[in-house]
Amino acid sequence: MGMGEVKETETYRERIARRAAMEVEDGMIINLGIGIPTMVADFIPSDVRVMFHAENGIMGTGPSPKKGEENPMLCNAGGFPVTLATGASFFDSATAFAIIRRGLLDMTILGVLEVSQSGDIANWIVPGKRVPGMGGAMELAQKAKKVMVVTTHLDKNGRSKIVRECSLPLTAKGAADWIITDMAVMQVMPDGLYLREVMYPYCVADVIGATEAELKMDGEVGVFR
Amino acid sequence: MEEALTHFHDGMTLMAGGFGGVGNPPSLIQGILEKGVRDLTLISNDTAFPHIGIGKLVTEKRVKKVIASHIGSNPNAGAQMTAGELEVEFCPQGILAERVRAGGVGLGGILSDVGIGTIAEKGKQKVVLNGREFLLETPLTAEVSIVHAKKADRFGNLVFDTSARNFNPLVAMAGDITIVEADEIVEIGELSPEEIVTPGVFINFIVQSEGVNWQWAWEK
Repeated sequence: MGMGEVKETETYRERIARRAAMEVEDGMIINLGIGIPTMVADFIPSDVRVMFHAENGIMGTGPSPKKGEENPMLCNAGGFPVTLATGASFFDSATAFAIIRRGLLDMTILGVLEVSQSGDIANWIVPGKRVPGMGGAMELAQKAKKVMVVTTHLDKNGRSKIVRECSLPLTAKGAADWIITDMAVMQVMPDGLYLREVMYPYCVADVIGATEAELKMDGEVGVFR
Repeated sequence: MEEALTHFHDGMTLMAGGFGGVGNPPSLIQGILEKGVRDLTLISNDTAFPHIGIGKLVTEKRVKKVIASHIGSNPNAGAQMTAGELEVEFCPQGILAERVRAGGVGLGGILSDVGIGTIAEKGKQKVVLNGREFLLETPLTAEVSIVHAKKADRFGNLVFDTSARNFNPLVAMAGDITIVEADEIVEIGELSPEEIVTPGVFINFIVQSEGVNWQWAWEK
């Protein structure tokens, strides 16, 4: 499916993924997190060629295999079977993270529990409640050239996940570059967080009302449909 | 297998290759379970899933401490941690890989800036080198390392299966004793020197795998 097509029944998750895919450029090396980030791959146009890095030791993962054709040993970092793209390679976990720490990832797309207006990311621990661990998120968030956060704007309790300062323990400081939610597209700049687009049918006032962080604007705010 | 199992004992440190169960050695884990070994300190990327791979050791309460980057796919690990039954030391994944590698290659420690400004700093010595701040990360070794290979020759040279490589080559180097479970055991000379990922000099025992004895999480 190309990014120009909009399904009548598109979910907010698909819309976020479709918008995130527009930031993907030809030739990029990209790591996708679990959930909405994984869906981004489905919206990248076929003439934009990228290599997907999986931190369990694959450069060049392809689409999911057909049912019955899975190799249980060939999985992405989420534990789901994958296929390989042309030119793919396998390597151990140390090399997988060498690629990350050396800054060779052009983009990482990941989910968060909270993200602050200065780009701080919290996504690995809710003290006393949910403690899954950081996995590879600290390296990914700290070292990728471009860090794109994709998330719902509000948490389950209706609170803004886009905050002035994170209250949860951090994954990385000042790491996020872009934040794409079901309500807005925002960019972290050195002087603060800028609202770039609103997601249809929300308006600027809706987004400002739903956002705890201070949102700046310069020029026109676009509408993404 | 019997000889290999004599090296597992209560209270030992055990290191396992694998990532979300992929690359965990199924038959060795079954052997550890059947022998009744407990109070393990487990070093592994994660705690897999409740019924998969090393996740079974956690589910059966054989582990008292785990050093891992992630336990989220095994709710038993989280529940035991909350109940105070399981001690968990979290380590960023790439740093865990390098700590295992450092242990395996005989280094005294590594310097990294990963996790600076987060609680991952806690308890770690800071080192300033050429004006940059680093955390000193300590090497990891284990009394026994367990590894899953696709093929092993009788010298212990190893070839891995696609993404089941993950932590396995690193873990293979970091055991005082390293035991490999291989899907196929071949004669010396049958593997091309060019295709061997782990040289056999790191390996102490090779056992024949009886194959994966669990259903994968996606197989439903």
